[in-house]
Amino acid sequence: MRKTYIVGTGQTPVGEHWDASLLTLAIRALNSARGAVARPVEALYVANALGGEVAGQSALGAALASAAGLEGIEALRVEAGGASGGAALRQAHLAVASGAYDIVAVVGVEKVTDLLEGPVEAALALALDADYEAAHGLTLTAGWALLQQRYMHVYGYADSAFAPFPVNAHRNAATNKGAQYRFAISPEQVLRSAKIAPPIALLDSATPGDGAAAVIVATEEVARELGGARVRIAGSSLAAGSPALGTRSDLLWLDAADRSARRAFEQARVEPKAVDVLELSDQHGIVASLSLEASGFAERGTAPRLAADGLIARDGALPLATMGGCKARGDAVGALGVYQAVELSAQLQGAAGPNQVADAQIAFAQCLGGLGATAATHVLIRED
Amino acid sequence: MAKPVLPTGIVGYGAYVPRFRITGAEISRMWDGGPGTPVAEKSVPGPDEDTITMSIEAGRNALRRAEVAATELGAVWIGSESHPYAVKPSGTVVAEALGCGVQISAADWEFACKAGTEALTAAMGMVGSGMLPYAMAVGADTAQGRPGDALEYTAAAGAAALIVGPAERAVATIEATLSVVTDTPDFFRRAEQVYPVHGNRFTGTPAYFGHISNAARGLLDQLGAEPGDFSYVVFHQPNTKFPQTVGKQLGFRPEQIAPGLLAPRIGNTYSAASLLGLCATFDVARAGDRIMVVSYGSGAGADAYALTVTDRLAAVRELAPVTSTYIERRTEIDYATYAKWRGKLVMG
Amino acid sequence: MQLAKHWRLKGPRYRLAAVRHPETGAICFPPPADSAEWDEVALSGQGVVESFAAVGKAADGFVDGSIMALIRLAEGPVITAQLTDLEYADVTIGLQVEMVTRKLRDLGPDGLIVYGYKFRPLLSQV
Repeated sequence: MRKTYIVGTGQTPVGEHWDASLLTLAIRALNSARGAVARPVEALYVANALGGEVAGQSALGAALASAAGLEGIEALRVEAGGASGGAALRQAHLAVASGAYDIVAVVGVEKVTDLLEGPVEAALALALDADYEAAHGLTLTAGWALLQQRYMHVYGYADSAFAPFPVNAHRNAATNKGAQYRFAISPEQVLRSAKIAPPIALLDSATPGDGAAAVIVATEEVARELGGARVRIAGSSLAAGSPALGTRSDLLWLDAADRSARRAFEQARVEPKAVDVLELSDQHGIVASLSLEASGFAERGTAPRLAADGLIARDGALPLATMGGCKARGDAVGALGVYQAVELSAQLQGAAGPNQVADAQIAFAQCLGGLGATAATHVLIRED
Repeated sequence: MAKPVLPTGIVGYGAYVPRFRITGAEISRMWDGGPGTPVAEKSVPGPDEDTITMSIEAGRNALRRAEVAATELGAVWIGSESHPYAVKPSGTVVAEALGCGVQISAADWEFACKAGTEALTAAMGMVGSGMLPYAMAVGADTAQGRPGDALEYTAAAGAAALIVGPAERAVATIEATLSVVTDTPDFFRRAEQVYPVHGNRFTGTPAYFGHISNAARGLLDQLGAEPGDFSYVVFHQPNTKFPQTVGKQLGFRPEQIAPGLLAPRIGNTYSAASLLGLCATFDVARAGDRIMVVSYGSGAGADAYALTVTDRLAAVRELAPVTSTYIERRTEIDYATYAKWRGKLVMG
Repeated sequence: MQLAKHWRLKGPRYRLAAVRHPETGAICFPPPADSAEWDEVALSGQGVVESFAAVGKAADGFVDGSIMALIRLAEGPVITAQLTDLEYADVTIGLQVEMVTRKLRDLGPDGLIVYGYKFRPLLSQV
């Protein structure tokens, strides 16, 4: 297997892009990522969770390749719910590592604002168990709310315990020009906000938005040609678990996140404690908490306490959501894993501006599909 | 008068009443209806309930008391004027939910408020002739009255299921039944209409009183019986007053009517009304008690039954919730909630 | 319009029809995708709430504000279902519940009415 590198990145802000179609957003991000890379892209993986249901367009590989002037290359859509971005990045990594291609583009794109809330909730719920959860009225948010309630019960937390996550995310987003919500919020504001899916509060809940992010994955040779610090994909793993909550042996353990994180760490030959900066699925504090615990960053039942102690702050031991995360940068659903790769590449290259984590060498990215049924994890390491 | 050929009885019974209530005073508040209301309050189905769901719960209760497997039923017949589908029998869903086998008859019956007893008489025929071992008859309704109409005060929701089977397993044996029918247009609903129309006082003497009296007197005469021979009597109960009045006219005492008179507390449950009254009477009756039941359906007709309670009743009564458990489970709602849930918020 | 999809699910949905694993004897609900030939087992419908949450914004076709729960059935399986006949404030983890068959969705004037299991507090304890 060859080493693989992220050699180009691009993104649009996440938000309400009324004037831009799915393909317009995707091309903006792709062109931005290709900017510095002179050699032609040989394959294109499009990460997208809701395209068929919301944008009314499937076969996104062909649609985007054609729109971007890349006709003739290998191009297809990768779908794994909210883990689509990480899954597509992994496909690009495998394609380059295997020697099949030298330069592969990954575009994560989501267009949600063309539909009203009800159909979007229904589209998001497609990542749940269709027959035994979504068909009974469960939504993605309500599913996480079920896990939060259980978590609070088992570990003895109040619902206020999850506020440090959105507070941290908003603080970081305030200085990220590409963020959806560029303002700070207080723990009190989180607590006072309406419960949108009791026990989950409005201000502890990401808003699905439109957006696209892209990375170019290439060989070491290409990365060295471009010069400067290189971002190596040192670990890449995807694990699938049960979409249905009921068939899991342990409700508060994201088995897929555990397995994919372990494998990614093994490949990268690093331990969780060596990670300098990380991005997770953090649509709600409970999601980040369960990911932190399953991935080996926190003991079971301790993640909210670590967050309250400031460990997830930009100057803490586990800087999380340094550009705002899903909550404040914005949640472009199937594009999440690609946004994470773009942001963490910037951190490792020292290009994160006011949001820079000092001396970041090792980065960790994990995105979840459904209620953690799919987990895609990447470990990125800076090489000089 | 009709009698089953083989000794036949009711081997299981089950009631269901939704938990929600709206008071007559609350409806009157909306429509300046004045102080007197025909019932104190009525039951209202929750937004996830209909004739099918109520029939399923009543049917499950009846199966528990019958102590027979659902696969032994030969028929599941649902009488209602509020079948959720115009075409697709409620009984298909109910039979599937109860776990009946596929070799079963399932059909819907309609005869205004006596659709349930139509199904009961048919079940008696099938079991009493030896054609089926067990047959379930259900009366269930989520009745609707036009906003502000007199019917809105009483049109309620409930279900009752009876399983007819061999007399040796009966909680009450069936002595005889008698039906009367005339063409009397006191109340009807045309096919595409949401709300029925009624003839106000015309629904009284020529309709309700005439038919119930004919059926009850006919059955008493042919049995050679007197009102005093029965421990209890249950009449169809569109309001509180009608069953009390017809009982008095026929020579029954108030205490014979009392256990089965549910209208004051839950309103008129239409096809379920007389059968729910019978369920409530079963909840207090003792072995040897004779019970008369007379249903009424607009259009119009009445079915009268003479039953005799066996000692098996006391043994199975607690195998399922008694009727009062449902009636006492009570959550009051306001008119706005009622209108929203019942689909009464319509522009135009 | 999906007709066969709902039809296939009628046993589990209407009456919690579970299946028994032919080798281990374990009771499985929902029935696994490859269990078409396994024996059907009737569940008691009794269970305990393991967690609960309210649905703020419902998916299309469902009602805002319904209460979802994870329920551990008496026979062991844990399922996701709506609670009915109670308010959110009345729910606690550990609440004993029983299965009822209710309307899950109404697919409109030209669509099916989808029936299925929900759970309510034990009638005997209300």
